[in-house]
Amino acid sequence: MNGAKSKLVIRGGRVLDPGQGIDIVGDVLISDGRITAVGAEIKDGGARVIDAKGLIVCPGLIDIHCHLRDPGFEYKETIETGTLAAAHGGFTTVCCMPNTQPPIDSRATVEYIQRTAALTASARVLPIGCVSKGRQGKEIAELGDLADAGVVAFSDDGSPVADGALMRKALEYCRALGLPISDHCEEPSLAEGGVMHEGWVAVRLGLRGQPAAAEESQVARDIALAELTGSPVHIAHVSTRGSVELVRQAKARGLPVTAEVTPHHLTLTHESVMSSTSLPNELAYDTNAKVSPPLRTADDVAACVEGLRDGTIDAIATDHAPHAPVDKLCEFDDAPSGISGFETALGLVLTLVHAGKLELAAVIEKMTAGPVAALRLDRHEGLAGLGSLAAGAPGDVTVFDPNAEWTVEPERFASKGKNTPLAGRVLKGQVVMTISNGRQVFARDEVTV
Amino acid sequence: MTETIIMSPEDVRRAIMRIAHEIVENNRGCKDLVFVGMQTRGVPLAKRIVDCIAEFEGESPPLGTLDIGLYRDDLPDQGLNIEIKPSDIPTNIAGKRVVLVDDVLYTGRSIRAALDALIDYGRPGRIQLAVLVDRGHRELPIRADYVGKNIPTSRQDEVQVRLLEIDGSDGVLLTTAEGE
Amino acid sequence: MTMSANLPNERERSSGAATLAQEPPTSTLPHPAPGTWHHSHVLDLDDFSQEEIELVLETTGTMKEVLARQIARVPTLRGTTVVTLFYESSTRTRSSFELAGKVLGADVINIAASASSVQKGESLVDTVLTLQAIGADVLVMRHPRSGAPYLASRHTRASIINAGDGWHAHPTQALLDLFTIQSHIGDVRGRKVVIVGDITHSRVARSNLWSLTTMGAQVVVCGPPTLLPVGLEGPQGSEVESEQALPPLEVETNLDRAIKDADVVMTLRLQLERQQSGLIPSIREYCNLYQVTEERLATAKPGALVLHPGPVNEGVEISLGVAHGAQSVIEEQVANGVAVRMALLYLLSRGRS
Repeated sequence: MNGAKSKLVIRGGRVLDPGQGIDIVGDVLISDGRITAVGAEIKDGGARVIDAKGLIVCPGLIDIHCHLRDPGFEYKETIETGTLAAAHGGFTTVCCMPNTQPPIDSRATVEYIQRTAALTASARVLPIGCVSKGRQGKEIAELGDLADAGVVAFSDDGSPVADGALMRKALEYCRALGLPISDHCEEPSLAEGGVMHEGWVAVRLGLRGQPAAAEESQVARDIALAELTGSPVHIAHVSTRGSVELVRQAKARGLPVTAEVTPHHLTLTHESVMSSTSLPNELAYDTNAKVSPPLRTADDVAACVEGLRDGTIDAIATDHAPHAPVDKLCEFDDAPSGISGFETALGLVLTLVHAGKLELAAVIEKMTAGPVAALRLDRHEGLAGLGSLAAGAPGDVTVFDPNAEWTVEPERFASKGKNTPLAGRVLKGQVVMTISNGRQVFARDEVTV
Repeated sequence: MTETIIMSPEDVRRAIMRIAHEIVENNRGCKDLVFVGMQTRGVPLAKRIVDCIAEFEGESPPLGTLDIGLYRDDLPDQGLNIEIKPSDIPTNIAGKRVVLVDDVLYTGRSIRAALDALIDYGRPGRIQLAVLVDRGHRELPIRADYVGKNIPTSRQDEVQVRLLEIDGSDGVLLTTAEGE
Repeated sequence: MTMSANLPNERERSSGAATLAQEPPTSTLPHPAPGTWHHSHVLDLDDFSQEEIELVLETTGTMKEVLARQIARVPTLRGTTVVTLFYESSTRTRSSFELAGKVLGADVINIAASASSVQKGESLVDTVLTLQAIGADVLVMRHPRSGAPYLASRHTRASIINAGDGWHAHPTQALLDLFTIQSHIGDVRGRKVVIVGDITHSRVARSNLWSLTTMGAQVVVCGPPTLLPVGLEGPQGSEVESEQALPPLEVETNLDRAIKDADVVMTLRLQLERQQSGLIPSIREYCNLYQVTEERLATAKPGALVLHPGPVNEGVEISLGVAHGAQSVIEEQVANGVAVRMALLYLLSRGRS
């Protein structure tokens, strides 16, 4: 593809930029890697024209929670394959979690990621640094140096910051840095090693479950600490009615608390562990449905959807967690948690739009302006306007067909991770083209069959 | 398909009577005789033979039942019914003259299985076979000692024995395939 | 054997849960005609119809006759290779299966996972594939992880019999329990069966729940609240009733109430380490509240049966008097185990069309 100096006009689509309140049929002009103009009819002046008639054109989708596995677990995913999968899913910016090997608790690892991304990535990679050294949960990491190196937030995900005192110290320290801490809320002594949601499905399957209270008690703790320290807390992947309600109350009191939810927690329940489309007549014990936090009840799913609708939840984040097939081909108790979610995220979330439970503009907002606001990403150098189509914003655009029906075939994922409980499911809504920094990084009609 | 009545209830009754007489004549009386009926229709047949003998000889030889389900060698072709009932051989058959009773003799495989089963119960002195119908097409060197009626058939034909105790009436039906 | 018509969701009908106005949900699981068998595996009893359970019990009766012979041996499974793959040691269950296979004339190979390459970290799928390559026709598996036999069944052509997986299922135990009960009191329809003990961790309880409710019994589970799993009552509130949910049952934490007028008392083994993990304060307290004593048993129906899957912690789950009393059928359970396992080996090998 041509370099950043080229011009690109995306013509005739429905341009949807909820962050700026734009919803028109028109064109988007990108030049020198930045959004130049949005309007009803833009003269192209020698630009490459992309016909977007009948399609949705929105700011490039942003995922504030994903796992790229690189460095250390390259057999599961690399920065190259992960960001390519992200591009297939319409994501132009991803924030990668620090549970790599070595973990992102030092400048050196941050710089490795930045260098590798610059050379091989199909999306912008913004690293999230560890809260504690080695993610061990004992001492705070060099948060200042990490911030200086370029991390956009801190987290110990896939582990919780279990020790309340450590979380408090970290939050206090962050007051000087202005960066949020994203917490994977799971109280270990209440979770007790539960491998799925504690409920009738766990009883049916004879599996140890973890109660909703294991998540909610830590959400409550983090909210109290946000109040105590005045430092922003972001609740990663909320999954229960109780958690949503706690965040709602915290926001009502004006506390610096934000929250995200995954596409699977908006649509799937703990029954997915028991039944799988590929195994209709037996107990599936589907390790592809093993995820942390676990899939919950239909009531929790409804509460999460309601939380998106009323603004309690700020962002949809995929928690893309790829694993090699051999990792998941084992007994349910022993399987690692995670769903490879980049490539199904938009399609899955659109099922709620098609069912009339969410508005399309609201969904797009939660995948563009919402995540940016939650982590205040647009304050970072060069990222002003991120998540929008404002003039001067990064030239990140996603073009998708909201009505295209397609079947989920994990073997064809660009991600190395084929672990999804959605195999064989028909989704409605598919990315047609992804443009990152004014450069086409994905086009569906160029995907080899 | 054509259905023919090969044996009427009277024919069945007479055949059983004749077989009962032949058995006693052949074995020179009832000494050491043990009758074993093969599940399912061999069982009432054996009982009728024993009842007959009791009438004209005044003696009732011992009567047992045998289910060959655990001894069959024709596994996949067995069809849908795989029920097996317990066998019940009330006496020690070692050295005895066992008369096996079945309704239809066809390939001979059931009888082979029955021989294996009987020998698991002990070492009989003699084993004889009584059948109501012999329809030919043996696949093993097995023959019946006492036959109610010989019916030539083709492999596609169906022979159905009906007995009052199980089917509500007596008779033997032959169903020939179409275009024969 | 009763020739009952094929009705969808036999279980719900017999437990009286469905009203006349409601159409019972049709199950996606097959309901075969009497005498037919559609299982390639025996993983749990949740997908067994009443007719299929009756077929197993009838066949068990026949197998008991074989075991009573002077020379208890038939050639039925000659040429069949049965492998017992036990990841948890168990002399009783494994030797029961071994005997069952040998009486039927099969070749039996016993693999204790600790002695095999499993220790070296060979995955379950690898092990199962290896066993298939060496000719296993039937795999009898006991594994500490729930769901392991389901995973195995997807990677082998062999038939799998679940000899116990984690907390989840122990179908052969439930079948021999049912056979034992029926041999004493006949039809269990409408009878009250109490299951007492550590329900949370009990695969015996779960499998019995399926078989007993399918056959029309009224099941009450009883135990300390910390040993009764959350979610036992099934989907709640706005959750859609799923046909895959648990069968109907009563939950009781007071043993005196539960045991009153019971026809059958099924006691479960208490793992003594439950006290260590803090789930019960002490064995002493457990005994005070949940031990089946002669006094408590006297409030059940006269002649009520007492069962236990073994091994029994005498003086814990049941008093010595009850364990050795006239109403205990514990020893018969063990004897019936071989016959039930023979029946399943026979049906699996013969029933597949």
